[in-house]
Amino acid sequence: MTLDHSDAEIAALLSSLDPEDPAVMSRLHDRLATAAAGEHTLDIAYRTVDSPLGPLLLAATERGMVRVAFAAEDHDAVLQRLAEKLSPRILRSAARLDPAARELDEYFAGKRRLFDLPLDLSLSRGFRLSVLQHLPHIAYGRTESYAEVALATGSPRAVRAVGTACATNPLPVIVPCHRVVKSDGSLGNYLGGIDAKRTLLELEAA
Amino acid sequence: MERKKPFEVLVKDHGPTVLRVCRALLGAHDAEDGWSETFLSALKAYPELPVDADVQAWLVTIAHRKSIDILRARNRRPLPVDELPVRPSGLGIPGDGHPEVLDAVGHLPPKQRQAVAYHYFGGLPYKEVAALLGGTPEAARRAGADGVKALRSLLVDNSLKDGSR
Repeated sequence: MTLDHSDAEIAALLSSLDPEDPAVMSRLHDRLATAAAGEHTLDIAYRTVDSPLGPLLLAATERGMVRVAFAAEDHDAVLQRLAEKLSPRILRSAARLDPAARELDEYFAGKRRLFDLPLDLSLSRGFRLSVLQHLPHIAYGRTESYAEVALATGSPRAVRAVGTACATNPLPVIVPCHRVVKSDGSLGNYLGGIDAKRTLLELEAA
Repeated sequence: MERKKPFEVLVKDHGPTVLRVCRALLGAHDAEDGWSETFLSALKAYPELPVDADVQAWLVTIAHRKSIDILRARNRRPLPVDELPVRPSGLGIPGDGHPEVLDAVGHLPPKQRQAVAYHYFGGLPYKEVAALLGGTPEAARRAGADGVKALRSLLVDNSLKDGSR
Protein backbone atom coordinates (compact mmCIF):
# COMPACT_ATOMS: atom_id res chain seq x y z
CA MET A 1 0.00 0.00 0.00
CA THR A 2 1.38 3.41 -0.91
CA LEU A 3 0.74 6.44 1.19
CA ASP A 4 0.19 9.56 -0.82
CA HIS A 5 0.41 12.76 1.13
CA SER A 6 0.29 16.25 -0.28
CA ASP A 7 2.64 19.02 0.68
CA ALA A 8 -0.26 20.88 2.23
CA GLU A 9 -1.14 17.92 4.41
CA ILE A 10 2.36 17.48 5.81
CA ALA A 11 2.78 21.23 6.17
CA ALA A 12 -0.33 21.21 8.33
CA LEU A 13 1.14 18.38 10.39
CA LEU A 14 4.44 20.21 10.89
CA SER A 15 2.81 23.51 11.72
CA SER A 16 0.49 21.82 14.21
CA LEU A 17 3.43 21.60 16.60
CA ASP A 18 2.67 23.45 19.80
CA PRO A 19 4.22 26.88 20.24
CA GLU A 20 7.56 26.79 21.99
CA ASP A 21 7.43 26.82 25.77
CA PRO A 22 7.48 30.47 26.95
CA ALA A 23 9.80 29.53 29.82
CA VAL A 24 12.34 28.12 27.33
CA MET A 25 12.12 31.20 25.11
CA SER A 26 12.51 33.45 28.13
CA ARG A 27 15.59 31.57 29.31
CA LEU A 28 17.14 31.72 25.82
CA HIS A 29 16.38 35.44 25.60
CA ASP A 30 18.12 36.17 28.92
CA ARG A 31 21.10 34.05 27.95
CA LEU A 32 21.35 36.01 24.69
CA ALA A 33 21.19 39.38 26.45
CA THR A 34 23.92 38.35 28.91
CA ALA A 35 26.21 37.01 26.17
CA ALA A 36 25.62 40.09 23.99
CA ALA A 37 26.48 42.45 26.85
CA GLY A 38 29.68 40.43 27.38
CA GLU A 39 30.61 40.80 23.70
CA HIS A 40 29.73 44.53 23.63
CA THR A 41 27.11 44.00 20.93
CA LEU A 42 24.16 45.02 23.14
CA ASP A 43 24.12 48.70 22.20
CA ILE A 44 20.90 49.54 24.06
CA ALA A 45 19.41 47.61 27.00
CA TYR A 46 15.95 48.48 28.29
CA ARG A 47 13.36 47.56 30.87
CA THR A 48 10.20 49.09 32.31
CA VAL A 49 9.60 49.97 35.96
CA ASP A 50 6.44 50.94 37.81
CA SER A 51 6.33 54.43 39.31
CA PRO A 52 3.80 56.88 40.76
CA LEU A 53 3.79 58.41 37.27
CA GLY A 54 2.85 55.09 35.64
CA PRO A 55 5.18 52.65 33.90
CA LEU A 56 8.49 54.19 32.86
CA LEU A 57 10.70 52.87 30.07
CA LEU A 58 14.40 52.98 31.00
CA ALA A 59 17.06 52.56 28.31
CA ALA A 60 20.85 52.64 28.61
CA THR A 61 23.84 52.36 26.29
CA GLU A 62 27.21 51.15 27.53
CA ARG A 63 27.99 54.81 28.30
CA GLY A 64 24.98 55.44 30.50
CA MET A 65 21.28 56.22 30.72
CA VAL A 66 20.08 57.36 27.31
CA ARG A 67 16.28 57.49 27.62
CA VAL A 68 13.46 57.59 30.15
CA ALA A 69 9.96 57.56 28.65
CA PHE A 70 6.43 57.91 30.00
CA ALA A 71 3.72 55.49 28.86
CA ALA A 72 2.02 58.38 27.01
CA GLU A 73 5.00 58.49 24.64
CA ASP A 74 4.28 54.84 23.57
CA HIS A 75 7.23 52.71 24.63
CA ASP A 76 7.29 50.70 21.38
CA ALA A 77 7.47 53.89 19.35
CA VAL A 78 10.27 55.19 21.59
CA LEU A 79 12.29 51.98 21.05
CA GLN A 80 11.71 52.21 17.29
CA ARG A 81 13.09 55.77 17.27
CA LEU A 82 16.12 54.66 19.31
CA ALA A 83 16.70 51.90 16.73
CA GLU A 84 16.73 54.49 13.95
CA LYS A 85 18.67 57.25 15.71
CA LEU A 86 21.28 55.28 17.71
CA SER A 87 21.35 51.54 16.98
CA PRO A 88 18.90 48.68 16.27
CA ARG A 89 20.94 46.37 18.53
CA ILE A 90 18.36 46.67 21.31
CA LEU A 91 17.30 43.98 23.80
CA ARG A 92 15.21 43.91 26.93
CA SER A 93 17.69 43.28 29.73
CA ALA A 94 17.29 44.26 33.36
CA ALA A 95 20.90 44.05 34.53
CA ARG A 96 22.22 47.29 33.00
CA LEU A 97 19.20 49.20 34.34
CA ASP A 98 19.33 47.88 37.90
CA PRO A 99 21.10 50.95 39.36
CA ALA A 100 18.66 53.34 37.65
CA ALA A 101 15.64 51.32 38.81
CA ARG A 102 16.96 51.34 42.38
CA GLU A 103 17.69 55.09 42.41
CA LEU A 104 14.27 55.90 40.94
CA ASP A 105 12.61 53.76 43.63
CA GLU A 106 14.50 55.67 46.29
CA TYR A 107 13.66 59.00 44.67
CA PHE A 108 9.93 58.27 44.50
CA ALA A 109 10.04 57.10 48.13
CA GLY A 110 11.50 60.50 49.08
CA LYS A 111 14.80 58.93 50.12
CA ARG A 112 16.99 60.25 47.30
CA ARG A 113 17.59 63.86 46.27
CA LEU A 114 20.32 63.39 43.66
CA PHE A 115 20.76 60.83 40.87
CA ASP A 116 24.18 59.32 40.68
CA LEU A 117 24.01 57.63 37.27
CA PRO A 118 26.22 57.90 34.18
CA LEU A 119 24.27 59.65 31.41
CA ASP A 120 24.54 59.30 27.64
CA LEU A 121 23.27 62.58 26.19
CA SER A 122 24.00 61.60 22.58
CA LEU A 123 20.35 62.16 21.57
CA SER A 124 20.74 65.90 22.21
CA ARG A 125 22.81 68.54 20.43
CA GLY A 126 23.68 72.20 20.56
CA PHE A 127 21.58 74.55 22.67
CA ARG A 128 19.27 71.76 23.86
CA LEU A 129 22.29 69.88 25.15
CA SER A 130 23.48 73.02 27.04
CA VAL A 131 20.07 73.31 28.69
CA LEU A 132 20.09 69.62 29.71
CA GLN A 133 23.56 70.05 31.17
CA HIS A 134 22.36 73.00 33.24
CA LEU A 135 19.20 71.35 34.64
CA PRO A 136 20.91 69.11 37.26
CA HIS A 137 22.24 72.31 38.82
CA ILE A 138 18.71 73.24 39.89
CA ALA A 139 18.62 71.77 43.37
CA TYR A 140 16.05 69.26 44.59
CA GLY A 141 12.95 71.07 45.84
CA ARG A 142 13.82 74.30 43.97
CA THR A 143 12.57 75.65 40.66
CA GLU A 144 13.84 78.05 38.00
CA SER A 145 11.86 79.92 35.37
CA TYR A 146 12.40 79.32 31.65
CA ALA A 147 13.93 82.83 31.53
CA GLU A 148 16.36 82.04 34.35
CA VAL A 149 17.49 78.87 32.58
CA ALA A 150 17.95 80.87 29.36
CA LEU A 151 20.11 83.34 31.26
CA ALA A 152 22.11 80.58 32.95
CA THR A 153 22.90 78.94 29.61
CA GLY A 154 24.18 82.24 28.23
CA SER A 155 21.28 82.94 25.83
CA PRO A 156 18.92 85.22 27.77
CA ARG A 157 16.65 85.72 24.74
CA ALA A 158 16.19 81.98 24.06
CA VAL A 159 13.31 81.50 26.50
CA ARG A 160 11.14 79.61 24.00
CA ALA A 161 14.08 77.41 23.02
CA VAL A 162 14.49 76.47 26.69
CA GLY A 163 10.86 75.38 26.62
CA THR A 164 11.57 73.21 23.56
CA ALA A 165 14.69 71.74 25.18
CA CYS A 166 12.67 70.77 28.25
CA ALA A 167 9.85 69.35 26.13
CA THR A 168 12.32 67.14 24.25
CA ASN A 169 14.35 66.07 27.29
CA PRO A 170 15.22 62.40 26.60
CA LEU A 171 15.80 61.76 30.32
CA PRO A 172 12.83 63.20 32.25
CA VAL A 173 12.83 62.80 36.07
CA ILE A 174 16.58 61.98 36.09
CA VAL A 175 17.45 65.25 34.29
CA PRO A 176 15.01 67.48 36.20
CA CYS A 177 13.18 69.49 33.55
CA HIS A 178 10.17 69.37 35.90
CA ARG A 179 11.98 72.02 38.00
CA VAL A 180 11.58 74.59 35.22
CA VAL A 181 8.35 76.59 35.56
CA LYS A 182 6.87 79.81 34.16
CA SER A 183 7.98 83.21 35.48
CA ASP A 184 4.50 83.81 36.92
CA GLY A 185 4.85 80.70 39.05
CA SER A 186 2.46 78.54 37.01
CA LEU A 187 3.75 75.11 36.09
CA GLY A 188 4.07 75.29 32.31
CA ASN A 189 4.01 72.19 30.15
CA TYR A 190 5.45 68.76 30.81
CA LEU A 191 6.13 65.76 28.59
CA GLY A 192 4.50 63.40 31.07
CA GLY A 193 1.48 65.66 31.58
CA ILE A 194 0.90 68.53 33.97
CA ASP A 195 -0.25 66.17 36.76
CA ALA A 196 3.06 64.33 36.61
CA LYS A 197 4.95 67.62 36.93
CA ARG A 198 2.82 68.62 39.94
CA THR A 199 3.38 65.19 41.55
CA LEU A 200 7.16 65.53 41.21
CA LEU A 201 7.27 69.08 42.57
CA GLU A 202 5.02 68.13 45.50
CA LEU A 203 7.20 65.11 46.23
CA GLU A 204 10.28 67.34 46.31
CA ALA A 205 8.55 70.01 48.42
CA ALA A 206 7.61 67.49 51.13
CA MET B 1 9.08 53.13 4.18
CA GLU B 2 10.74 50.05 5.65
CA ARG B 3 12.36 50.68 9.01
CA LYS B 4 14.80 48.54 10.91
CA LYS B 5 13.12 47.22 14.03
CA PRO B 6 14.71 46.88 17.47
CA PHE B 7 16.42 43.45 17.63
CA GLU B 8 14.12 42.51 20.52
CA VAL B 9 11.26 42.38 18.00
CA LEU B 10 13.19 39.86 15.86
CA VAL B 11 13.78 37.61 18.86
CA LYS B 12 10.09 37.72 19.74
CA ASP B 13 8.83 37.21 16.17
CA HIS B 14 11.32 34.62 14.91
CA GLY B 15 12.85 33.05 18.04
CA PRO B 16 10.39 30.11 18.16
CA THR B 17 10.86 29.32 14.44
CA VAL B 18 14.63 29.37 14.72
CA LEU B 19 14.48 27.09 17.77
CA ARG B 20 12.34 24.62 15.82
CA VAL B 21 14.81 24.63 12.92
CA CYS B 22 17.69 24.08 15.37
CA ARG B 23 15.83 21.22 17.06
CA ALA B 24 15.19 19.53 13.74
CA LEU B 25 18.86 19.88 12.78
CA LEU B 26 20.59 19.28 16.10
CA GLY B 27 18.22 17.50 18.48
CA ALA B 28 16.77 18.85 21.70
CA HIS B 29 19.99 19.23 23.68
CA ASP B 30 22.22 21.09 21.22
CA ALA B 31 19.32 23.10 19.79
CA GLU B 32 19.61 25.74 22.50
CA ASP B 33 23.31 26.23 21.77
CA GLY B 34 22.44 26.53 18.08
CA TRP B 35 19.73 29.08 18.83
CA SER B 36 22.02 31.16 21.07
CA GLU B 37 24.88 31.22 18.58
CA THR B 38 22.50 32.08 15.75
CA PHE B 39 21.00 35.09 17.52
CA LEU B 40 24.31 36.28 18.97
CA SER B 41 25.82 36.24 15.50
CA ALA B 42 22.73 37.90 14.01
CA LEU B 43 22.79 40.68 16.61
CA LYS B 44 26.39 41.44 15.75
CA ALA B 45 25.66 41.67 12.02
CA TYR B 46 22.22 43.29 12.29
CA PRO B 47 23.27 46.92 11.63
CA GLU B 48 24.63 45.85 8.21
CA LEU B 49 21.51 43.90 7.15
CA PRO B 50 19.68 45.73 4.33
CA VAL B 51 16.47 47.25 5.65
CA ASP B 52 14.27 45.37 3.14
CA ALA B 53 15.87 41.94 3.74
CA ASP B 54 13.75 38.87 4.56
CA VAL B 55 14.66 38.62 8.24
CA GLN B 56 13.43 35.07 8.81
CA ALA B 57 15.31 33.71 5.79
CA TRP B 58 18.43 35.53 7.01
CA LEU B 59 18.10 33.98 10.48
CA VAL B 60 17.50 30.47 9.07
CA THR B 61 20.63 30.85 6.93
CA ILE B 62 22.67 31.77 10.00
CA ALA B 63 21.13 28.81 11.89
CA HIS B 64 22.25 26.55 9.02
CA ARG B 65 25.88 27.74 9.32
CA LYS B 66 25.93 27.61 13.12
CA SER B 67 24.40 24.11 13.17
CA ILE B 68 27.13 22.83 10.87
CA ASP B 69 29.76 24.36 13.19
CA ILE B 70 28.17 22.65 16.18
CA LEU B 71 27.92 19.28 14.44
CA ARG B 72 31.54 19.53 13.32
CA ALA B 73 32.66 20.27 16.86
CA ARG B 74 30.49 17.47 18.16
CA ASN B 75 31.92 14.92 15.78
CA ARG B 76 35.48 16.20 16.06
CA ARG B 77 36.13 15.58 12.44
CA PRO B 78 35.74 17.81 9.43
CA LEU B 79 32.58 17.29 7.40
CA PRO B 80 31.73 18.55 3.98
CA VAL B 81 29.59 21.65 4.38
CA ASP B 82 26.53 20.04 2.85
CA GLU B 83 26.43 16.89 4.95
CA LEU B 84 25.08 16.28 8.43
CA PRO B 85 25.68 13.03 10.26
CA VAL B 86 22.73 10.94 11.39
CA ARG B 87 22.08 12.06 14.92
CA PRO B 88 20.97 9.89 17.80
CA SER B 89 17.30 9.90 18.64
CA GLY B 90 16.33 12.87 20.79
CA LEU B 91 13.59 11.31 22.86
CA GLY B 92 11.74 13.39 25.37
CA ILE B 93 12.09 16.89 23.95
CA PRO B 94 11.00 19.10 26.82
CA GLY B 95 8.32 21.69 26.38
CA ASP B 96 6.96 20.49 23.07
CA GLY B 97 3.56 18.95 22.58
CA HIS B 98 4.68 16.81 19.65
CA PRO B 99 8.06 15.35 20.53
CA GLU B 100 7.47 12.43 18.16
CA VAL B 101 7.38 14.72 15.13
CA LEU B 102 10.70 16.40 15.82
CA ASP B 103 12.15 13.07 16.86
CA ALA B 104 11.07 11.57 13.55
CA VAL B 105 12.72 14.47 11.71
CA GLY B 106 15.94 13.47 13.47
CA HIS B 107 15.75 10.02 11.89
CA LEU B 108 15.69 11.38 8.35
CA PRO B 109 18.83 11.22 6.22
CA PRO B 110 20.77 14.53 6.46
CA LYS B 111 19.68 16.09 3.16
CA GLN B 112 16.03 15.31 3.77
CA ARG B 113 16.26 16.53 7.34
CA GLN B 114 17.75 19.85 6.22
CA ALA B 115 15.25 20.26 3.39
CA VAL B 116 12.34 19.65 5.78
CA ALA B 117 13.83 21.94 8.45
CA TYR B 118 14.51 24.87 6.11
CA HIS B 119 11.40 24.60 3.95
CA TYR B 120 8.70 23.53 6.41
CA PHE B 121 10.00 24.91 9.72
CA GLY B 122 12.05 27.83 8.39
CA GLY B 123 9.70 28.84 5.59
CA LEU B 124 12.45 29.07 2.94
CA PRO B 125 11.40 28.53 -0.69
CA TYR B 126 13.17 25.54 -2.31
CA LYS B 127 15.30 27.89 -4.40
CA GLU B 128 16.89 29.21 -1.20
CA VAL B 129 17.02 25.73 0.36
CA ALA B 130 19.03 24.66 -2.70
CA ALA B 131 21.42 27.57 -2.20
CA LEU B 132 22.16 26.29 1.32
CA LEU B 133 22.39 22.59 0.43
CA GLY B 134 24.06 22.87 -2.95
CA GLY B 135 22.40 21.30 -6.00
CA THR B 136 19.32 22.37 -7.88
CA PRO B 137 15.97 23.60 -6.52
CA GLU B 138 14.45 20.44 -8.04
CA ALA B 139 16.81 18.26 -6.02
CA ALA B 140 15.95 20.24 -2.87
CA ARG B 141 12.26 19.85 -3.59
CA ARG B 142 12.74 16.10 -4.09
CA ALA B 143 14.62 15.83 -0.78
CA GLY B 144 11.83 17.72 0.96
CA ALA B 145 9.14 15.53 -0.63
CA ASP B 146 11.05 12.31 0.20
CA GLY B 147 11.53 13.67 3.70
CA VAL B 148 7.86 14.25 4.37
CA LYS B 149 6.98 10.86 2.89
CA ALA B 150 9.49 9.14 5.18
CA LEU B 151 8.35 11.30 8.07
CA ARG B 152 4.75 10.33 7.59
CA SER B 153 5.54 6.60 7.51
CA LEU B 154 7.82 6.94 10.56
CA LEU B 155 4.99 8.63 12.43
CA VAL B 156 2.43 6.08 11.27
CA ASP B 157 4.76 3.24 12.32
CA ASN B 158 5.28 4.82 15.72
CA SER B 159 1.63 5.37 16.41
CA LEU B 160 0.90 1.76 15.42
CA LYS B 161 3.66 0.52 17.73
CA ASP B 162 2.59 2.74 20.62
CA GLY B 163 -1.05 2.01 20.07
CA SER B 164 -1.63 5.71 20.59
CA ARG B 165 -3.50 8.11 18.33
